[in-house]
Amino acid sequence: MSQWVTGADMYPAAFTYHAPESVGEAVELLSQLGPGAKLLAGGASLIPLMKLRLVELTDVVDLGRIKGLDAIEPGDGHVRIGAMVRQADLLRSPVARSLALLGDACSVIADPSVRNVGTIGGNLSHGDPANDHPAIMLALDARLHARGPAGERTIAAADFNVDLLQVALEPDEVLVGIEVPTPTAGQGTAYVKFERQVGDFALAAAAAVITLDGGRVSRARVTFTNLAPTPVRSPAIEAALLGCEPDAASIAEATHALVEIDPWSDLRATADVKRAMARAAAERAIRLAVERARGGVES
Amino acid sequence: MSEHSISVRVNGVARAATVESRLLLVHFLREVLGLTGTHVGCDTTSCGACTVNLDGRAVKSCTMFAVQTDGHEVRTIEGLETDDVLHPLQEGFREQHGLQCGYCTPGMIMAALPLLEANADPDEATVRTAISGNLCRCTGYAQIVNSIRWAAAAMRGEVAATDADADPVWQPLAGPLGY
Repeated sequence: MSQWVTGADMYPAAFTYHAPESVGEAVELLSQLGPGAKLLAGGASLIPLMKLRLVELTDVVDLGRIKGLDAIEPGDGHVRIGAMVRQADLLRSPVARSLALLGDACSVIADPSVRNVGTIGGNLSHGDPANDHPAIMLALDARLHARGPAGERTIAAADFNVDLLQVALEPDEVLVGIEVPTPTAGQGTAYVKFERQVGDFALAAAAAVITLDGGRVSRARVTFTNLAPTPVRSPAIEAALLGCEPDAASIAEATHALVEIDPWSDLRATADVKRAMARAAAERAIRLAVERARGGVES
Repeated sequence: MSEHSISVRVNGVARAATVESRLLLVHFLREVLGLTGTHVGCDTTSCGACTVNLDGRAVKSCTMFAVQTDGHEVRTIEGLETDDVLHPLQEGFREQHGLQCGYCTPGMIMAALPLLEANADPDEATVRTAISGNLCRCTGYAQIVNSIRWAAAAMRGEVAATDADADPVWQPLAGPLGY
């Protein structure tokens, strides 16, 4: 019955597979196994790299058997999203409507089949600035929960992304949950992504979290995907928006402050193209966020 | 290296095997189980020719290890026909000429299946979104969308498969060269 598959059909390099049943077990495995071991969440980022042998691991620790990491739980002023929540489930959940930029982002991450396996935790932990959730969490000032040998700790989104493919998790830590603040009154959010085709990474994308008070912008967060080794904020655009009554002209004006960011070039676009697209994405995201804030869409 | 004994329910039948941990699900299905209806079309998780259903959800079997499916349920294109009767999706791709070379077709059908099981009457945009992770180089997608919507209508009992021999759409046209 079983025919052995050898040679060319084995894309990834050989590794030892572990399927722990608890986070504690996963942490212990990471501590023991050393630098050749990596966590497997949905596999949407890791397995393609392994198939191309861009990464060769000695050990893979699969989080898929651990119960309780895929819950979305409302709390006091926040919603806690389990790290293993699949993108498709996040897209369908109430938090993706109350924080509309989450729904915007999930609907443009990869494609429906990949969204059935890819997880928010994997998307964040991979440290790829071309992934969409890092800029979202930065814009939301999310708090990330990690568990290691010494217990659980909280990492602010602003501190989480260290460098290209490098996040603030220790090698023996597991990201277990992400806490996002529930919307405040007058808040609107949006995420706008420019991609060449469905399933592609962003040429550039912008997240906007805008709060209106008495018709004027009282708080603004504007962040970007795929302009740099980590997601970036634009304090200049945010400052330009503060206090203004946002209309098409004032929003367009504010986004020209993007000049403070010098994007990198990558396979998809040169710095000049990214600069233009990032500005346009920011303009659209801010306008949509303002519309949602006015319409009371998010609550 | 490690090997694992896995037991996966494939098309309703428990299948057991000992596999290397790095064996991709698509290769398990094709090479170990001999279910070659699921295809490999790219290296980059882009094309969707490998799409199967895992616990009722469309997944790309090229980007999953067989060991991850231990204890789970997998459905492939081979599992759609029951007692020699084609599934409405399979009928639909025949009725509406949803394929030319056929390489993307099993993946298209397995991507559409969970949609039709959840949504009795998806509009064109919804169908196109459901197959947006599946690439076709032949058809231009319009006939694929028609095939899926025909299948939805068949599942609602609104249309029935025509006799293949009497199918009026595909009778040869009489032209100057006689074909």
